[in-house]
Amino acid sequence: MRIYADNAATTPMSETAVRVMEDALEHLYGNPSSLHSAGQEARARLEEARAQIASCLGAAAPNEIYFTSGGSEADNTALRSAALAGAKKGKKHIISTAFEHHAILHTLDALAKEGFEVELLPVSPDGFVTAAQVEAAIREDTALVSVMYANNEIGTVQPIREIGQVCRSHGVLFHTDAVQAVGHIPVDVQADCVDMLSLSAHKFHGPKGVGVLYVRRGVTLTPFIRGGAQERGKRAGTENVPAILSMAAALREAVDRLPEHMAYVSALRDKLNDGLLRAVPHTAQNGTALRDPAHRLPGTVSLCFEGVEGESLLLRADLAGIEVSSGSACTSGSLEPSHVLLAIGRPAEIAHGSMRLTLSDTNTEAEVDYMLEKIPAIVAGLRDMSPVWEDLMSGKKPHLI
Amino acid sequence: MLYSEKVMDHFQNPRNVGKMEDADGIGEVGNAVCGDIMKMYIKVKDGIITDVKFNTFGCGSAIATSSMATEMIKGKPIEEALQLSNKAVAEALDGLPPVKMHCSVLAEEAVRAAVKDYYDKHGIAYDPAQFCAGDCAHCHDHGEKE
Repeated sequence: MRIYADNAATTPMSETAVRVMEDALEHLYGNPSSLHSAGQEARARLEEARAQIASCLGAAAPNEIYFTSGGSEADNTALRSAALAGAKKGKKHIISTAFEHHAILHTLDALAKEGFEVELLPVSPDGFVTAAQVEAAIREDTALVSVMYANNEIGTVQPIREIGQVCRSHGVLFHTDAVQAVGHIPVDVQADCVDMLSLSAHKFHGPKGVGVLYVRRGVTLTPFIRGGAQERGKRAGTENVPAILSMAAALREAVDRLPEHMAYVSALRDKLNDGLLRAVPHTAQNGTALRDPAHRLPGTVSLCFEGVEGESLLLRADLAGIEVSSGSACTSGSLEPSHVLLAIGRPAEIAHGSMRLTLSDTNTEAEVDYMLEKIPAIVAGLRDMSPVWEDLMSGKKPHLI
Repeated sequence: MLYSEKVMDHFQNPRNVGKMEDADGIGEVGNAVCGDIMKMYIKVKDGIITDVKFNTFGCGSAIATSSMATEMIKGKPIEEALQLSNKAVAEALDGLPPVKMHCSVLAEEAVRAAVKDYYDKHGIAYDPAQFCAGDCAHCHDHGEKE
């Protein structure tokens, strides 16, 4: 049995998304910028996709949708554009959070080196920032607030609407990285008072290498790739028509099936989460214990197993046919464990033993049963050979969880 | 795949894994905060390492390098075990990714720590300079040894 439980990393494409993409690859070869029939047909389909995505996000108009190569590009662009616009008015203060995706944090690092003052709000132990925190941090010279819609590691959903309202009332630009949220929980850019939003198609069963930056009408967007009139002159380059059409189809499908999928996936999540917590002693759940979609993504299970290291957990799970991820240092390619787990207050030695299992509507209850059978044995096997576990069991060191 | 077949083999089926009740020397290196700890036990008779066991908390390559290091010193004279280099361990595993070379350093240090402990416990004189001062497996000292 092979089980894919790493849907926050990427999702398999839906049948619809594959069909639309194949069809476009085969038949829709025209360049949308060409004036002949083949070009105009591609143009028409592209604009249809734009309108469809706008409607799925609750945007006011299709021209608020800019196609990008994915979430990272959208995040980089949103931050850079807002920083530039702010700097022109003498505003060089940017507010974000300590547990953003690296596409945000590393861009902010670069902006800090360029003279911007970046303020990262601390995150509560259960994985939230509040609108009150944002409001307290806003200053006269605040150029931008950027808060992720839902965290990619622990799945906590932030109070985006409240934060959006606070930003709107103070006249501060608000961006949200909604890469993990769109297609999984309801997102409405107008109701949420969002000025800019990033999304990525492959997180909701669409293709890789394509995403969207939503920019509310009236918000200045700096051109980010020059050399053509595509995307209203903001992002030059011939559009990736097949991927964009496929993304729109995947999003339409995800949004249409949202209520039924949220119920289905969160039931699987709860069974997996609670089952693992019951079966494996000295295990802690990362992020809130709340289960409703206003506070937690339907598919995310994030746990820390004391006394074992995450990469070996992940590899042993893979050998058993279970594909998951970990926030251990070894999997991040650095010596530091996940900045998200550290931000919610996990000590480094606990954060090293993390496992993230992210489910989607393609997973089944039989798969959850299989994981519940295998994972406790994998943890026990690694604990058996762990000197850390030995010290915990002998009482030489106290249990932290 | 990130790892060679040999690394995966030693990770999946680690050799000499376990504890030793009557060890002549025990070496523990690493730090849980950094994400890896190796504990190595040796049994010595007439200057020969007759048995060796290990326990490791760490990533796939930490487990594989410990396992390989135990195989490489088992049955060998102590002096030979002290010659074991991290590079030799890595090579025996058909190589490690650059970011994982520190695991092989840790394996080398675990062997040396176990030998030092054996010398200390048995009152055998040695040159302290040949052993690390004690903080060599520090998080920020995880670079490849030349």
